[in-house]
Amino acid sequence: MQWEAVIGLEVHVQLATQSKIFSGASTAFGAEPNTQACAVDLGLPGVLPVLNEGAVAMAVKFGLGINAEIPETSVFDRKNYFYPDLPKGYQTSQMYQPIVGPGEVEITLDDGTTKRIRVHHAHLEEDAGKSLHEDFHGMTGIDLNRAGTPLLEIVSEPDLRSAREAAAYLKAIHAIVTYLGISDGNMAEGSMRCDVNVSVRPKGQETLGTRAEIKNVNSFRFVEKAIAHEIERQVELIEDGGTVVQETRLYDPEADETRSMRTKEEANDYRYFPCPDLLPVVLDQAYVDHLRATLPELPAEKRARFQDELGLSAYDASVLASSRAMAEYFEAVKDVCGDAKLAANWVQVELAGRLNKEGLDIADSPVTAEQLGGLVARVKDETINGKAAKQVFAALWDGEGESADAIIEARGLKQVTDTGAIEAMIDQVIADSPVQVAQYREAAPEKRGKMIGYFVGQVMKASRGTANPQQVNALLKDKLDNA
Amino acid sequence: MALEPEDVRRAAHLARLGLDDREAARYVDDLSRILEMVDRLQAVDTQGVAPLAHPLDATQRLRADEVTESDQRERFQRCAPAVENGLYLVPRVVE
Repeated sequence: MQWEAVIGLEVHVQLATQSKIFSGASTAFGAEPNTQACAVDLGLPGVLPVLNEGAVAMAVKFGLGINAEIPETSVFDRKNYFYPDLPKGYQTSQMYQPIVGPGEVEITLDDGTTKRIRVHHAHLEEDAGKSLHEDFHGMTGIDLNRAGTPLLEIVSEPDLRSAREAAAYLKAIHAIVTYLGISDGNMAEGSMRCDVNVSVRPKGQETLGTRAEIKNVNSFRFVEKAIAHEIERQVELIEDGGTVVQETRLYDPEADETRSMRTKEEANDYRYFPCPDLLPVVLDQAYVDHLRATLPELPAEKRARFQDELGLSAYDASVLASSRAMAEYFEAVKDVCGDAKLAANWVQVELAGRLNKEGLDIADSPVTAEQLGGLVARVKDETINGKAAKQVFAALWDGEGESADAIIEARGLKQVTDTGAIEAMIDQVIADSPVQVAQYREAAPEKRGKMIGYFVGQVMKASRGTANPQQVNALLKDKLDNA
Repeated sequence: MALEPEDVRRAAHLARLGLDDREAARYVDDLSRILEMVDRLQAVDTQGVAPLAHPLDATQRLRADEVTESDQRERFQRCAPAVENGLYLVPRVVE
């Protein structure tokens, strides 16, 4: 039997406001416990929430970024449940009239093709505090600094069909929110958290299978692993004659499995109702238009422009557009050197490789885009060959020169293209290698191609890497074959 | 709509209210009468009427995204039953 997975994601994005969604307390990360929890956040009697315009603007920008409808009116509701890290006894959220209506996110699949994933809606809500279960004499410690931090919950339609697609969707959301600057997207600090709904059905069947929800999956890799595992679990269960029950499961990354948390029978009854402390939020067209005018070019648009205008491959375009910092770096390199393909190649291979090796983010690159652009320009106009270029890159990385030109000058790396000079070096190498020359000349012509490598290496060494390799090759072949 | 004692006990649990049998019986009566009134309201034809989110005919004012609150932890924690290392302590929560 061929099975098909049906997956939907609820992504919680922490918005990068200075203050909380309903109070003027700070949202800064890492403060002493409860020093950023004010009377409103604590739910003390007599306080009134006042909505933060910054959070509204960020939510609307996201909506515009996914071509969503922005309804004129949205309404806050109370989601009622008891937990000590939620002192009011309810979470202020938006159940029925969210701030962002239906939209679409484009994801890039492994083969470079794109797929559109529908977003059902996105709504504003407040985060809860943190419970610390270490031993406080048998009690639980509560830190309410995070209580009231603005979250945007983005709910997808069940359009995703594999763990890979789900990870690609999460990456696309991450790229959009960081491009827009509405979240730092830091998954390790919990700025992006994700709940996943997974069901399976026989391929071709219309009706959906029973779904399980996996809570709090907090990295791209875990999303993919948790879903892959859950699909496998459900398929095995059904093939063995069992049935999937609707339940909430927790992913345990160490055991690479999901475990049942609670079943629907004992599920919460949240008793949503409109929050009487907050009036309906009405956004006029001028406000929305003003925000629209501030939107930067977004990943999907950048990807398309990189392909159509700069002639990059679908793969290169999607890698370079994946983060705003990467895209801006690449464009700066391209502007300095004037060659998009060479710039793409250097950013993705040499720079990304080194950053990856050192565990650095592109924002922390010791080589600036201007410096790399200057280096690529010298590769393009053939002032230096590929080998010397790698040396210059390493020197720039280690801070051993201000610019590629200064390093090329100081180290005499300028490419030697003077035929006479190269010929002199070749003659010397041939004179010094009588054994290899004899072997070469006795060899069958089809074997000579490989053997010439030795001589090329010697000449390049003699030139300290500065000879033009193509010229060396051609001249060597001529001298060895025709002498 | 008439409530059963079980409905009242469930609602009380959701609201974390402890009711004894006498109180529960009284709430069965009280709440049933309130629900009767709701039934009457339900009978009104509301076709084409948008649901009302708030009785006031006004819209939400927004505040600028600025930090205006200072740390008053000490003051707030003075009325808490138990605190330690700046944390509020509550009976242990078991998931």
